[in-house]
Amino acid sequence: MKVVLLGATRGLGRSLARVMAARGERLCLAGRDDAALAKSARDLEARGAAGTVETVRCDLSVPATFAAALDQADALLEGFDTVVVTAALHLPQDQLEQDPEFCDEMLAVNFAHTLRFCEEARTRLLARGGGTLCVYSSVSGDRGRQQVSLYGATKAGLSRYLESLDHAHRAQGLVTICVKPGFIHTSMTEGMQPPPFAGQPDPVARRVMKAIDRGWPVVYAPPIWSLVMFVIKRLPRAVMRRMKF
Amino acid sequence: MTMLSGWGRTPWVMGHERLSEDLASACRDAALTRGLGRSYGDASLPARSGGIVAGSRRADCVLAFDRVRGVLRAEAGMSLSDLTELVRPLGWSCPVVPGTGQVTLGGMVAADVHGKNHHVAGTLGQHVTGLLLLVADGRELVVGPTDEPELFDATLGGMGLTGHILEVELQLQAIPSPWIRLEEQPVADLEALLGALRAASDSWPYTVAWVDALATGAALGRGVVMKGRWAETDELVTALPRPPRERTLPFEPPEWALGRTSVGLFDACYYHAHRLRPRRGIVHPDAFFHPLDALHDWNRLYGRRGFVQHQCMLPGDDVADTVRRLLTALVARNGSSFLTVIKDCGAEGRGLLSFPCAGVSVALDLPMRGAATQALIDELNEIVIAASGRIYLAKDALTRPEHFAAMEPRVAAWNTVRRAWDPDGKLKSALSVRLLGDSP
Repeated sequence: MKVVLLGATRGLGRSLARVMAARGERLCLAGRDDAALAKSARDLEARGAAGTVETVRCDLSVPATFAAALDQADALLEGFDTVVVTAALHLPQDQLEQDPEFCDEMLAVNFAHTLRFCEEARTRLLARGGGTLCVYSSVSGDRGRQQVSLYGATKAGLSRYLESLDHAHRAQGLVTICVKPGFIHTSMTEGMQPPPFAGQPDPVARRVMKAIDRGWPVVYAPPIWSLVMFVIKRLPRAVMRRMKF
Repeated sequence: MTMLSGWGRTPWVMGHERLSEDLASACRDAALTRGLGRSYGDASLPARSGGIVAGSRRADCVLAFDRVRGVLRAEAGMSLSDLTELVRPLGWSCPVVPGTGQVTLGGMVAADVHGKNHHVAGTLGQHVTGLLLLVADGRELVVGPTDEPELFDATLGGMGLTGHILEVELQLQAIPSPWIRLEEQPVADLEALLGALRAASDSWPYTVAWVDALATGAALGRGVVMKGRWAETDELVTALPRPPRERTLPFEPPEWALGRTSVGLFDACYYHAHRLRPRRGIVHPDAFFHPLDALHDWNRLYGRRGFVQHQCMLPGDDVADTVRRLLTALVARNGSSFLTVIKDCGAEGRGLLSFPCAGVSVALDLPMRGAATQALIDELNEIVIAASGRIYLAKDALTRPEHFAAMEPRVAAWNTVRRAWDPDGKLKSALSVRLLGDSP
């Protein structure tokens, strides 16, 4: 596999990149912090990634950087076949409400810009006959919940977009994978009160790797969340109104 | 704000663990760095309730790995098990392997850990070729055997109180195969045990003894001496052992589950099972080095009140009487130790507060039962002081400052170096407040 990863210097992305490195895949890291990119690249090389782990500058808050970054990654990897997006912004709801500027940025980055990036990746993958596009959404997009209206809305939109891509392009060889993690202990969720079924990044990464290998269109992680969301998606609105989560 | 505690789950402090992939920024203004929290007592806890400790475990990148020379430089939050998984298939091992893989490199340096091969390899500090240390005034310093050697020596075993360890560079050990050749030798009493350990240390690089701590009379000190070495490729068998199966404890057992009766029964069964059928042959290194890691949360076995470990170092050759006194005191106070380990150690390393020295180390796991446990620890410590011994700070939770002062004449020299680099006393922990008189 030749993989471009956006957001692999931290958290869930770092874990997935390490699973790929241990399998000896060819990797290119995209991100906005050059020092963090270089550090992660050396780490992944030591952990078994094939050849040099490449890095390209790409900022999810600046859509103008997307095309150039993907072209550069394509040249460095001599044609990528997989694109992974784990980057996103997040703050708890109360802090988002108090910080409209950050909130605007989060809405743009998590939804509009992520879709723009996926479009750039999609056209390049389709042009060469397909590949895999794996994007991290969230369980919080599956149902309108009291505590995560803003973040959840971006992820709901993203999940729906990824579903459409999968319907539209699987026949042409493009497999789209929508990852829906529950609460995972990472820097993004730092300081938040962990709910039941909170998970760790490494098992999530192993499960996502399996999903990529097998082409699962939707993957919940930890797996218990597929059961939890199966129930929650079927709860009547009257019940959801009363549930404080 | 969360409840922070060491592996023993006692004591605990409400505090904030600031975790980040960027360790240097997490350490700014923090009085201490905490790794995986595997020290047993209060060494990784903030000095006061509400305090901040930097958490290193997400800063776990390999920075450089020379596969030919076996030199690895990594961020301090990398765990030993992570390192092992990476280097073992390439014919390398960490030169010093403590009893668990769930420790960070930074924590291993801070406690200057030792392993079953102390009599040949010394402590980890002997194999550290360099550190990146964030000292109290905000500078990042390269520290090593020849760079700022005094600060380096004070940092080995300095429990993180000389600076925040950001990076660690290690010389790894070449291994002929990734398997261990094990031989067990049951021993009927304490003299036999100490003699067997001493005899084994001449020809085996890894030695340790498990002791039935509740056996009394003529059987006092009976146990099993375990001897190991890396297997040569020509002795490998076709059916290679698997790593131990990993489990978690499904529920927290009640306190009586590890009471005196059940522990006594377990110890007797374990002893006789191994007496009748001592294990020998090729075993998986995880089963040999980290038998307890397979049960992820074995510290919960001791119940809600947690447990403490008393590990002491008794210098010299003639320690049988002192060990006997320790075990007798344990039984006399109606205590029980589920896991009792004796290890003979080699010469003292260069760490100013490093725990091991030439002599015998005794470790007792004791369920926490409030004042009774404190009284037991006090009595054990008085026996240790009479033998000119010392205790292991990475395990300690209950030692009194006056006992510690009596055990550690080395503290003055260490404190001089520490204060030279941290004159305002910015770096501290719950342990340093308890034992070294730091202000909280």
